[in-house]
Amino acid sequence: MATSYPVDSVGLVSPQSVTFNTPLELDGGHTLESFELAYETYGTLNADASNAVLVCHALSGTHHAAGYHADDDRKPGWWEACIGPGKPLDTERFFVVCSNNLGGCHGSTGPTSLNPATGQPYGADFPLVTVRDWVRSQALLADHLGIQRWAAVAGGSLGGMQALQWAIDLPDRVANVVAIAAAPRLSAQNIAFNEVARQAIRSDPEFHEGRYQQAGDRPRRGLMLARMLGHITYLSEAAMREKFGRDQRGANGDYGYNFDVEFEVESYLRYQGQSFVDRFDANTYLLMTKALDYFDPAAEYGGDLGQALAHTRSRYFVASFTSDWRFPPSASREIVRALLDTNKSVSYAEIEADHGHDAFLMPVPQYLDTFTAFMRGINLGAAA
Amino acid sequence: MSTSKLRTDLDIVASWVGKGCRVLDLGCGDGLLLRHLFDSRQATGYGLEIDPEKITQSIANGVNVIQSDLDQGLSDFDDQVFDQVIMTQTLQAVQRPRELLLEMVRVGREGIVTFPNFAYYRLRAHLALRGRMPMSGALSYGWYETPNIHLCTIRDFEILCEDLGIRILERRVLSHNYQQSFAGNLLPNLLGEIALYRFCQS
Repeated sequence: MATSYPVDSVGLVSPQSVTFNTPLELDGGHTLESFELAYETYGTLNADASNAVLVCHALSGTHHAAGYHADDDRKPGWWEACIGPGKPLDTERFFVVCSNNLGGCHGSTGPTSLNPATGQPYGADFPLVTVRDWVRSQALLADHLGIQRWAAVAGGSLGGMQALQWAIDLPDRVANVVAIAAAPRLSAQNIAFNEVARQAIRSDPEFHEGRYQQAGDRPRRGLMLARMLGHITYLSEAAMREKFGRDQRGANGDYGYNFDVEFEVESYLRYQGQSFVDRFDANTYLLMTKALDYFDPAAEYGGDLGQALAHTRSRYFVASFTSDWRFPPSASREIVRALLDTNKSVSYAEIEADHGHDAFLMPVPQYLDTFTAFMRGINLGAAA
Repeated sequence: MSTSKLRTDLDIVASWVGKGCRVLDLGCGDGLLLRHLFDSRQATGYGLEIDPEKITQSIANGVNVIQSDLDQGLSDFDDQVFDQVIMTQTLQAVQRPRELLLEMVRVGREGIVTFPNFAYYRLRAHLALRGRMPMSGALSYGWYETPNIHLCTIRDFEILCEDLGIRILERRVLSHNYQQSFAGNLLPNLLGEIALYRFCQS
């Protein structure tokens, strides 16, 4: 039976993969002799390769940013709200590329991949990677695809931070940066949440010091707890109140006086945690949270973010959401302020939304409108 | 406002902006004034705006716009980083016009302000003869829904500037239908509907 997809969806898509046999030196001192990147593309690359947009995913994201893998897929890619015909990243105009970050668990080389040196899965031996390492690896993907300069590098949350890192590390290869719900660095509170998530995983008896694959085990409970905690921080208090309130699962509203799931919010968190365990690797989660914690481009410039961005050559669109307390508007404003200090071309929108940090994944009208207006203003003919 | 009215206002402001100046437009609306300054004066700079729809319009017009609440001041900007800070038809709608004027001359070498003159004779007549809150082309809101919370007259503005140590470099007055007239310059506070000022820190 043929399934029809929404007209503003890219529809059925297939993941691709490329292996690089050039050694990649990582910030942490290790070298990967070879590695694979999984990616997807939407739209068509034009003749002079000037219409390519790189999409960077967030902590638990993948290269599946838009469309469907199969006719019976329940959900489209994670940024379906923003990628597709007529959407902000208009696939009628742009060639959109999204890759799974190095260290991921959805096709790119990571802890679940086989270590060529041992023939065993890397597991805990997979080196910690940084946002800069991701940029380096994605630059090789750009070369592979014949893209010298991205029309834009875009992302939300960690993905937005990766977009900033692109502009800093390879200023000649990024015409525009879209940083949504991002931050110039994590706050102590953010690192604290990440640490609790990591401890939940690492203290699970089935973690086996990260060698759970060899042990034929998985730290399911730890990873589930980590994800449950994450979900609390991605939603605003108002969003939770609206979505669940104190609603109970049972019809009669009586308390059970036990620890079974009673409130809807408990049910939601357990469901989110459990389904995450089925599609995500614990070592990758540890590694991604570390990459987030380490991200601080200003550090190399004496803590001056303006200096870190001074040499960049991109135009910027920065957006934040009013109810996002994980990466609040004040964090985005700090990025904007640094860009203003160095006379960069920047627009900033602070979008009224109740969804919390997760708003960057939602079709919030003002968000889509400003993002679309910015993307339409990108002149594909413009040379560097 | 019709486009021809907007033009007169805009043309005078534009004539005050030097070639290649770095400007900041407070309450930039749809960004068309900045667009005009970029195109006709090769100016560069930013607009600040609070209204989400206008922010989208500004971006669509190719203008860099920063969502900002002018009532929070201009703390995102260092001292004297702009050649000119422009604020058209917005002074009367901010919480603290006095502080904002000081902020304008802090971040810019010069300030440019336009506002509706509340001592304009038609407004005076509206109140004096009809006994109702004045409304006009430049002030088109009912009293219960007006965003214009700090209306002032030409005389009020000049007294405030003197108190703040702000030196007025140039003044232009537009009378009815945004026309420049000899009479308007003779009796600005009575016959001027719109006042335009260029000023700096003295």
